[in-house]
Amino acid sequence: MNIASYVIKRILLAIPTILGVTILVFFMIHLVPGDPAVTLLGPRATPDLIAKLHHAWGLDRPLLQQYLLYMGRLFHGDLGQSFFFQLPATTLIASRTGATVMLLVTATLFTVVVTIPLAILAAIKRDKTVDHVVRSVPIVTLGMPSFWVGIMLILLVSLRLGLLPVGGYGQNLPQHLQSVILPALTIALAISPMTIRSLRASMIDVLEADYILTARAKGASSGRVLFRHALRNALIPMITVLSVNIGWLVGGTVIIERVFAIPGIGGLMLDAIGNRDFALVQAITLVFAVFVIFVYLVADVSYSLIDPRVRFD
Amino acid sequence: MSALAPGNATQTLSPDLLPLPVTSVKDGFRTRWYRSRSFVAGIVILGVIIGMCTFAPLLTPYSPTQQDLTHVLQPPSAQHLLGTDQLGIDMWSQLLYGGRTDLRIAFLAVILPFILGTTLGCLAGYYGRAVDVGVMRMVDIVVAFPFYVLVIALVFAIGPGEKGIYIAITIVGWVSYARIVRGEILVAKQQDYVLAARSAGFGAPRIIVRHLLPNVITQAIVFATADVVLDILAIVTLGYLGLGVPPPIPDWGRMIFNGQQFLTTQWQLATFPGLAVVVTGIGLALLGDGLSDLLRPE
Repeated sequence: MNIASYVIKRILLAIPTILGVTILVFFMIHLVPGDPAVTLLGPRATPDLIAKLHHAWGLDRPLLQQYLLYMGRLFHGDLGQSFFFQLPATTLIASRTGATVMLLVTATLFTVVVTIPLAILAAIKRDKTVDHVVRSVPIVTLGMPSFWVGIMLILLVSLRLGLLPVGGYGQNLPQHLQSVILPALTIALAISPMTIRSLRASMIDVLEADYILTARAKGASSGRVLFRHALRNALIPMITVLSVNIGWLVGGTVIIERVFAIPGIGGLMLDAIGNRDFALVQAITLVFAVFVIFVYLVADVSYSLIDPRVRFD
Repeated sequence: MSALAPGNATQTLSPDLLPLPVTSVKDGFRTRWYRSRSFVAGIVILGVIIGMCTFAPLLTPYSPTQQDLTHVLQPPSAQHLLGTDQLGIDMWSQLLYGGRTDLRIAFLAVILPFILGTTLGCLAGYYGRAVDVGVMRMVDIVVAFPFYVLVIALVFAIGPGEKGIYIAITIVGWVSYARIVRGEILVAKQQDYVLAARSAGFGAPRIIVRHLLPNVITQAIVFATADVVLDILAIVTLGYLGLGVPPPIPDWGRMIFNGQQFLTTQWQLATFPGLAVVVTGIGLALLGDGLSDLLRPE
């Protein structure tokens, strides 16, 4: 099987998952106890307004028809209408995407920068003190609420040392960059215990492989063995490790954006929740899930491209 | 996510203790549990925390909800060990009673996903084919959502509070148990004792419950200790976002949220509830670490 047909097959496999995701998101509104229109309108609820909202949401139709209607709109790129802002959800989400992408990219970079040296160190010094220290860290850090770590960083770095802004996103690119350092660091700290552990395991496998022995036997220096032979082969697992944890990365941004008052999609989701803006919450949930599915797909395809040993079946 | 670094405790055991022949996991566990330092340390830490929460009324003279507007934002003192918050409520009392709320919900929240996930994992692993495809397809769908995004959206839809937390965590949390148990069953069902049970004419329900389940449940139990940590984090995060248990019920997450506003002057308000979460997490991680060593068949 060649690469093109592998990619097509992989995309086809993602379709049932995306369909399932839309079903779950669609039915979320039916989990609302009582009438969502009444909940939303509160004291302003009149039979007239309720009926209007029911019609707008399609709640006055049979369930299957409602879902098909919802899917039909999705196919036209319509994620729904925000009741609070009176704007299409897509417009609102698009206006917030920049900050979230900036945060995600920076957090991913930080994660890689933290993970690779520590994982390599632990793998080379296997079962020595360094390894034990690196492996004990998750016992402490995995139980840390990420938002609390963020607040502690604000306390130490911003308030005590006065180094970085306490929150917000600034007006221009240098300010944006300055503003995302602490939140990105918070997210990186939260997921690096998981990424370090996985990469350490992959590095150990690689270091025990025959070609490493061959390289050593050839007389290659230990630095050359490590960087030319071992690290290159451990980077493929790094892609996997990052893509497996993409859900935590994205979920982390939702909370961390709130802590640092960053105007991203996560902040928009929490605002929408505060405004009881069902359609907008649904739209954002769907966007996040589809993004995660997309990342899984890209990761699968990209390491099949990088690593010639991956078979396309 | 497994919060455990298996193997840590193995190194702390002296090597001559390791190859002890164990006749059954239960007997081995009973005779050896105190030999795992992680397990003992975890039990001690959790015991102290749960004890302090349980006996909260004896450890503090103040109510966790009683406002005292003449003594707001007090620094730590002999009267108020951790000071008071912006409403004059004693922080030490809130910390103890908040632990009651959060730990109780976290431990209860593990039960339903454990049962649902283990059941579906057993069925998928044992029957395979359409059942397996169906269950794993549902797993794929849930896993596509970032954990916190789905939990937050579900709690929002169902309504904040305890009931919403249980339902949301069940919908999201069962997948890990299902994956673990299914994987274990796939291996275990190839074993001779299952073939023996089949040839003895036992039905599928009996083979699953009596023969397979006891052999696969340990991994799910070990994961459950990590899952409690995850649930505590979820509950505290929901509290921080205003989607947790409603006030005035004390909750560590809301305490951190309230404390964040006074970070410049009263740093202790946001710091100590977070430390309480961290210490609880360490206790559970050590416990899980020890359990995975003790329950591992030799």
